[in-house]
Amino acid sequence: MAYEPLLLRNVHREGSRSIDVYMANGGYQGLRRALKEMAPEAMVEEVKSSGLRGRGGAGFSTGMKWSFLPPGLEKPRYLCVNADESEPGTFKDRVLIEQDPHLVLEGTIISAWAIQCHTAFFYIRGEFQAGFRIFGQAIEEARARGFLGKNILGSGFDLDIILYRGAGAYICGEETALLESLEGKRGLPRIKPPFPAIVGLYGCPTIINNVETLANVTLIAERGAAWFASIGRPKNTGPKLFCLSGHVKRPGVYEAPLGTPLLTLLNEHAGGMLHRDRPLKACVPGGSSMKVLPADRCDVLMDFDSLAAAGTMLGSAGGMVMDSSTCMVAALLNLAEFYEHESCGQCTPCREGTGWFTRILRRLEGGQGRPEDPDLLLDVARKVEGNTICPFGEAVAWPVQSYVTEFRSEFDAHVMRKACPLAG
Amino acid sequence: MIPAATIPVSAGTDRAIDALLTRFPRQGSALLPALYLIQEEMGWISEESMAYVAGKIGVSPAFVGGVVSFYTMFHRRKVGRHHIQVCRTLSCMLRGGHGVMRHLEARLGIRKGETTPDGQFSLTFVECLGACDTAPCAQVNDEDVGALDRESVDALIEKLKAI
Repeated sequence: MAYEPLLLRNVHREGSRSIDVYMANGGYQGLRRALKEMAPEAMVEEVKSSGLRGRGGAGFSTGMKWSFLPPGLEKPRYLCVNADESEPGTFKDRVLIEQDPHLVLEGTIISAWAIQCHTAFFYIRGEFQAGFRIFGQAIEEARARGFLGKNILGSGFDLDIILYRGAGAYICGEETALLESLEGKRGLPRIKPPFPAIVGLYGCPTIINNVETLANVTLIAERGAAWFASIGRPKNTGPKLFCLSGHVKRPGVYEAPLGTPLLTLLNEHAGGMLHRDRPLKACVPGGSSMKVLPADRCDVLMDFDSLAAAGTMLGSAGGMVMDSSTCMVAALLNLAEFYEHESCGQCTPCREGTGWFTRILRRLEGGQGRPEDPDLLLDVARKVEGNTICPFGEAVAWPVQSYVTEFRSEFDAHVMRKACPLAG
Repeated sequence: MIPAATIPVSAGTDRAIDALLTRFPRQGSALLPALYLIQEEMGWISEESMAYVAGKIGVSPAFVGGVVSFYTMFHRRKVGRHHIQVCRTLSCMLRGGHGVMRHLEARLGIRKGETTPDGQFSLTFVECLGACDTAPCAQVNDEDVGALDRESVDALIEKLKAI
């Protein structure tokens, strides 16, 4: 039976971003249902029992995250939507923001109500200029219809949403760096604990959720937790947006249940490999920070637990596909340069380690590599991993470790031949 | 009160920045949006602008300098009339992004990171733009362009020159 898209149900409609088209197709019914028929605490429970896990990268239970808020309401609570989609290979939130902003906005309003927050922030990466305009328009439309502002749908619930533009910094997708940035500062991650649910934006209890996560909350409010939990696999429930890019025929964002095989997404959704005579060499399943899978280990299910069992992670579900023409040293060098540029510089292992990676990889790719260089890369990665304030350390150590380990012979060949075997 | 002579922006932008000061639960949050307003008007953010906005927000000019230098989208020097930002990162590299950059360098006669002497074009290699399905992609001023090749780059340059 063909899968019926839920997250992407509107994106192909004419005028999909307008509130009229959204409402003509059942939009804002979830919000209505929640406000009229449920209590906020019941909504938190509903999201918990749906099994929804965060779609930003870590895959933590959304309902559980919400329930970490301290009980009292003396301090204001804030909800921050993380629309700082910057993980290389990831472009799923962009599709929702640009093509169906109200699906995200409705989920934001429902979530804010569930956690009793009256000021929400939508932090969108600066480069998403179209998304910024489109989402701003969506907020105005929702305000005009009474879905935002005072006494929403006569429920007594008030909510203001502030649209905030980042300004070009990968690290601001890390939740505490995002908070620093929202406060008008450099985006330097904070030490945890305290976690943002306790001490977040302006020192107040704060929840940070990813765009796709909140779109899923809309679905849960519409159709209930049991329905949501029936999609996907146990503990990996619900629909998922998968990005595929690189050497595939049809790069794009595809929706399928969590637990869909990677090879199905690659061969059926994305149309298979770009060139008939260049077979699959490797795939990064979850955005550039996740460990790479060599072709013979790509027969995996795309969900949180299956990929963890395969030694990598679902991450942001940014699948990057590489064919036999790809030099894995050059690919890793490209990523190392990214991480060196994006390291906030706060922790020495990350700031210095990322520089070491690029220097070693540059000389390997340039034919000046030393026999000890592959091991040196692994040694530096070990010293970065686990030794930084935020997960950026792992985000750079994991690709280094996996590319070198899985494609060791290719790294050694660069040293022996004093050149890149695949260059030219 | 900042004396009018040291206000580097128009009265309209100055008022818009004042309005930002009360938009957020804390005034400090106004800094990034204020910097965007300044850049929109001036094209870049000068030392003078940093001192001005520091006075508005109530932080030091050094603090503002730290923020401006942290974020790649704030320009600390003038950029060309057209800013072409080509994605450098893996998905675009796999689809020929580096070739697109080399072609642009040859066509414009400048290296990445430079501006043409007539001030018409600036060329920058940037990190993942989150549009990997359109690789190799770029951002041209505030528009996204994708599926770039030599022909579409040539057409793009001609189009921009005519604007």
